[in-house]
Amino acid sequence: MNMNAVNSLSPQLDAEKLPPPETPWQEFVRVYKKDRMAIVSSIVLAILVVVGISGKVFTEWVVVFDSEVVRLPDKFLPPLSAPSVDVVPEEDLPILSLYVFGTDELGRDVFARMLQGSFVSLSIGFVAVGISLVVGLFLGGLAGFFGNIKLLKIMTVDTLIMRFTDVMLCIPTFFLILTVVALLPPSIYNIMIVIGLFGWMGTCRFVRAEILALRQQDFVVAAEALGLPKSRIIFRHLIPNAIAPVLVSTTIGVATAILTESALSFLGFGVQPPYATWGNILNDGRGFIFDAPWLFVIPGMAIFVVVLAFNLVGEGLREALNPKLRRR
Amino acid sequence: MLAYIGRNLLLRVVLLFIVSVLIHGLIHLAPGEPSAVDPSNPRMKPEDIAKIRAAFHLDDPLYLQYGYWVRDLVQGELKSFKDNQPVLGKIWRRFLNSLPLFICSTLIVWTLAFPVGIQAAIRRGAVFDRSSTFVAYALISFPGFFLSYIAILGVVEIFQVPVIGMRTFGMEGAAGSFRFMDRVWHLVIPSLLAALGGIAVLSRYVRSQMLEVVSQDYVRTARAKGLPNDTVIYRHALRNALIPFITMFGLLIPGLVGGSVIFETIFAWPGLGLLGYEAILSRDFPVILTLNVFGAMLTLIGTLVSDVLYGIADPRIRLE
Repeated sequence: MNMNAVNSLSPQLDAEKLPPPETPWQEFVRVYKKDRMAIVSSIVLAILVVVGISGKVFTEWVVVFDSEVVRLPDKFLPPLSAPSVDVVPEEDLPILSLYVFGTDELGRDVFARMLQGSFVSLSIGFVAVGISLVVGLFLGGLAGFFGNIKLLKIMTVDTLIMRFTDVMLCIPTFFLILTVVALLPPSIYNIMIVIGLFGWMGTCRFVRAEILALRQQDFVVAAEALGLPKSRIIFRHLIPNAIAPVLVSTTIGVATAILTESALSFLGFGVQPPYATWGNILNDGRGFIFDAPWLFVIPGMAIFVVVLAFNLVGEGLREALNPKLRRR
Repeated sequence: MLAYIGRNLLLRVVLLFIVSVLIHGLIHLAPGEPSAVDPSNPRMKPEDIAKIRAAFHLDDPLYLQYGYWVRDLVQGELKSFKDNQPVLGKIWRRFLNSLPLFICSTLIVWTLAFPVGIQAAIRRGAVFDRSSTFVAYALISFPGFFLSYIAILGVVEIFQVPVIGMRTFGMEGAAGSFRFMDRVWHLVIPSLLAALGGIAVLSRYVRSQMLEVVSQDYVRTARAKGLPNDTVIYRHALRNALIPFITMFGLLIPGLVGGSVIFETIFAWPGLGLLGYEAILSRDFPVILTLNVFGAMLTLIGTLVSDVLYGIADPRIRLE
């Protein structure tokens, strides 16, 4: 920053002495690096992904932390307490003989449950957003690129898709998610799909607007004049340029999906046992908020930190990708 | 203008029709029926279930059921499956309960979000801006019920005030001032918690809108004329930055139904959200369906109002 300012003010401004112009990627990295909150959050998310994957590995494939062992003598132990060695069978003891996050009302190891839940919660977030991303990109791209085609001589593709988006936007989303999740058989996949299918409208509008704007630009006109196949124009020229605002809404979408799942759990329609998610651990814990506050505080804070990290990364991306804001 | 409103009203009626068909189909196609709520009840014999199904038209084809629903709704005779009360009356009573909560939280959101957003935009990159960004994101990152539980415990412990429901049970004989304060406490805490998310989102909006406007030429002109900073910010910049927010009045209305489920459930506030939750639990299809359509209708009215307000407030936009 300082160096740049000095450079631009110095008298010898020959083109030869200037550094080569930044590529958009370098510029993005430079701006993003300055945002300390976003950097910290990115590190948190990187750690989280590792935790999530190890959650899958160590609780299901190689059972190091068993989240389902019930040890009634050890119920409601606070964090960092040792198991009662003489009562609990040896094969049921937690690793290192320590309950890092304490135990719940059945004497299950909260650390193991949180570890398992991290994978489930994260995969709900990512899969739900993935679904809404695919639907949004597809419909938005269709409306933006093939919008002029008439259907049955009454309306264009664009009108059809955008009216449908309007319909979806005017349904109170959370209430409808709740309705559908409550009526469907409880399953983790249903929750992912439902959250995803009610969240694509923003992406669709962004993509359509971007593509409509991009199609007027010279490089796309040139690509069309060169006779490139449509698929190449779409996938090589339009989508990469339209992806920036989508990236921001995707990051924030993961956060929203994790929160939605926890809200569903609170209302009793979340992921059902035996799956542990942070949402339902938190929901189970609220019954013991006086006797065992850690059952409530630990999952609550975990959700908070992760959702905050996603939101701050999204904000960092938004600032770094916004050409209007960064060149000042 | 009138032609614009008329045409849009027509469009919105069509949208509402499509939405209602969609939701109707969704609710009826999903498994889980009113007759299957209590399968373990030994008194429910197959013939009872058949009787219930016949009474609710559950064995008729879908389009007929939709027809029945519309007919009953229009005639005002739509009855709840659960207690046979008229649905419209139920929704209206709950709507009146939700309204004060909604108004109170909206007021909190608007009075807090604007100063914060404006200050953050003026001091872009400074400590206030960065900390308000962080706090805003922190507020929307808490699961709503987590924060509410902590707030309930705090209020009960520190102020010794119960905050569940709309009023304290058994206070009917107390003096008027006590009853009033009781109502205020019961109203303020849920409104505040419901408002937190809104404050965070709206203050971010205000900030980005102000940033947009502050870099405009007319703001530079105003500064070049030597006007005092406050005049530039509040008379020249803010007025133009406010235009999009006039439209948000319209978009707030749908929050009455969708946004309140969690908070009304936590605080046992007998409003629309809680009504919806109870209806979902008992598979009360007429109530679920009517509430969803009611929410959609509010949204459609809201967007229409905001479009019209936009046209009135911003002479650059002409409604045709």
